[in-house]
Amino acid sequence: MTEQALPERSRGRRLWLRLAEVELRDFGVAVAFIALFLALTFASSHFLTTGNLSNLLDQWGPLGLLTIGETICILAGVFDLSVGAMVSVTGVTATKVALSTSPTVGLVAAVAAGLGLGIANGVAIHLTRINSFIGTLAMSIIYGGLAILITGGNIVTVDNLRFGYIGQDGAFGITYVGWFFLGFTVLAIVLIARTTFGRYVYAVGGNAEAARLSGIRVDVIRTSCFAISGLAAGLAGMLLASRTQSAQADIGTGYELTAISAAVVGGTSIFGGDGAVWRGFVGIMLLAIIGNGFNLLNINTTYQQIVQGGLIFIAVAADQLLRRRV
Amino acid sequence: MPPAPADLEEAPHETARPLLELRGISKNFGGVHAVVDASVSIAPAAVHGLVGENGAGKSTLGKIVAGALEPDAGEIVLDGKPARFHNPREALAAGIALIAQEIALVPKGTVEENVLLGIEPQSSGLLHPREHRRRFNELNARTGFGLSPTARVETLRVAEQQKVEILRAIARDARLIVMDEPTAALTRDESERLVAVIRRLAASGTAVLFVSHYLDEVLSVCDTVTVMRNGRVVRTAPASHETQQSLVQAMVGREVTLEYPEKTSPPESAPVLEVEHLSREGVLEDVSLSLRAGEIVGIAGLVGSGRTELVRALIGVDRADGGEIRLDGKPVRLRGARQAERHGVVMLPEDRKRQGLVMSRPVRENLTLASLGDVSRSGFVSRRREAARTGELAGEFDIRARSLDAPVATLSGGNQQKALFAKWLARTPRVLLADEPTRGVDVGAKRQIHELIARLAREGMAVLLISSELEEVLGLAHRIVVMRRGRIVAEYSSDEATMDRVLAAAFATEAA
Repeated sequence: MTEQALPERSRGRRLWLRLAEVELRDFGVAVAFIALFLALTFASSHFLTTGNLSNLLDQWGPLGLLTIGETICILAGVFDLSVGAMVSVTGVTATKVALSTSPTVGLVAAVAAGLGLGIANGVAIHLTRINSFIGTLAMSIIYGGLAILITGGNIVTVDNLRFGYIGQDGAFGITYVGWFFLGFTVLAIVLIARTTFGRYVYAVGGNAEAARLSGIRVDVIRTSCFAISGLAAGLAGMLLASRTQSAQADIGTGYELTAISAAVVGGTSIFGGDGAVWRGFVGIMLLAIIGNGFNLLNINTTYQQIVQGGLIFIAVAADQLLRRRV
Repeated sequence: MPPAPADLEEAPHETARPLLELRGISKNFGGVHAVVDASVSIAPAAVHGLVGENGAGKSTLGKIVAGALEPDAGEIVLDGKPARFHNPREALAAGIALIAQEIALVPKGTVEENVLLGIEPQSSGLLHPREHRRRFNELNARTGFGLSPTARVETLRVAEQQKVEILRAIARDARLIVMDEPTAALTRDESERLVAVIRRLAASGTAVLFVSHYLDEVLSVCDTVTVMRNGRVVRTAPASHETQQSLVQAMVGREVTLEYPEKTSPPESAPVLEVEHLSREGVLEDVSLSLRAGEIVGIAGLVGSGRTELVRALIGVDRADGGEIRLDGKPVRLRGARQAERHGVVMLPEDRKRQGLVMSRPVRENLTLASLGDVSRSGFVSRRREAARTGELAGEFDIRARSLDAPVATLSGGNQQKALFAKWLARTPRVLLADEPTRGVDVGAKRQIHELIARLAREGMAVLLISSELEEVLGLAHRIVVMRRGRIVAEYSSDEATMDRVLAAAFATEAA
């Protein structure tokens, strides 16, 4: 994150300086990520090991899924504050349904529930025309209540080992959780970077009025983004429930803030229409290796919070600074 | 030519030292010269009118006086001393207040709170309700407004809200109040009352700079009138020496016009687009017009006369309350840009930054946004086809960009506008509704756009052209309709239309 070190708002900037700025804006977070990655590689012999990296993907996979969904929402100019609550609902759905039917049905039900809740977010916001920030906040409170209703306030445990397979096993040295995260990321990158839908997401986020006058159905695009975010939350809920073979009503609490932070740290503009899915990936992985670094280097983890908070400030400030000049 | 100097009886303040003098003021926006070398002097306790066509620079000059804009060149002299305002706050401190077109009050606050906002009587941070009320009553009595101190501003009519703004200015000891189109949002009745208020203000010692479109009001309220044209001051004269006709003539001038492409008369044919009795509450009243293939129909009228509202209601982005639209004689109901485009009707919106382009996205993506399906297969955008298509469009419309992958915001205004054309013409529609197609572009690009519009018409496209530049409408259109307050008030063929006639219709003065 070196953007903020860049020049003041002088008017007569030279071309090369402007080009450097564009590059830094585009790749500042990637440079920061690589620098930190290399630094940790040298500072700790445990960092660059298959075990450690695979473990990082596994630990941060559920949050990573949420970050990808959130990034897409922010690109479309909306926020989804309900992802944490959706993880809770889908997690407990997985366990409850698994207990009453079969493990597989439970797992699938979680994903379906996530998708449904996401669509509900989009439709509710479209119908009421309230601001997405407040709208999804309200929905998250509703979903939180729903999760408690489902569990009755208890931890729901599933003993059937088949239920834990997907959250605990793996293949080719990476857990299924990691694979889900990577796979979802790749699909989302293709969707946003290559398809007409992706184009419309950028257009809607960049200038909703121009998009509407270009014949794009703004509400449909945004509802789809909420649906994708819900799907990601469903996958995360399923994986978390499977990992511990249990779920309770607060498993997702607070996740939305980390997801939004990671999306923003990655360099996606909070004003919408500017950013990319890979940025969400880099953002969450940057948070992951910062935490990992603190552990490996035995630094008091309290500092980790301070660093993460600072990063968010830097990312948003850099975005606004650069934006003002366009 | 300026008439004889003011005689003392009619303008008693002319000979006194001016309250405020503008000397050689210039202001550019990008490459556009909004105000050029303007000099005006405003007498104390008088009402000074500022008139001109759309874009003549009158609002800009008003904002410069009130510190909302800083001039690029020139001098402001207040009470004989040079002054420089960096913002409205500094101007206010010097006794100059601005009442802009948009009301700037705290809607939930009471009248009294708004009037004394920021200058509340207080002692060590505590408010003094009784003193507060006393000061308000004093101001209210002085102006005779009769406003209720405890009414919430949001519950008041616009005219009443303007009174609150005026009181607020007076509470700050304003000696000059700049009013930008204060009557634009008012009914006839309310306008008349406001005019009376302005007279009373002047009588009690406050000068007013009255910027307005409405010549009858200007003549009835002002002591002195300054006419502007193309950013320059044409003349300043006592209102008693002017008539509506003389003002219109001064606004139009006898200018050498830009060269326009030669007009070829469109082939006789049945209309492509017919609009009948289109209405929309408060903005459009019973508008009917038709458009043939190859024909350019210009819509003239003042800002706010319903031109933009007409095209928006036509393609259905704003809902019409009534009326019929026919394409090739068949009635259609358009419910937005998407459906209109399918019928071959496209609208180029007036504000390219807010409505036309996604500024942060690359030129390329903007060019294909309205026709993405053409370069995609099963939902995937083909980069190769898109590159080929956008390359062609950039060539055809002469869009000069460092790279088509650069954000469209990095292009010049003219090139942005050409990109907007390219975006909407990529599928060759049959009807083009162009709203202010040359706003904020330089002369070279303007010419290119004129030629483009003429060429499209020659190739058979039906074009509805809205422009605040009357010259442009006269230069390009085969037929000109004039709108005023949501209605079509006149229609002229290209031969009949003259600046004077069209302006007279737009301002609703008795035709010369």
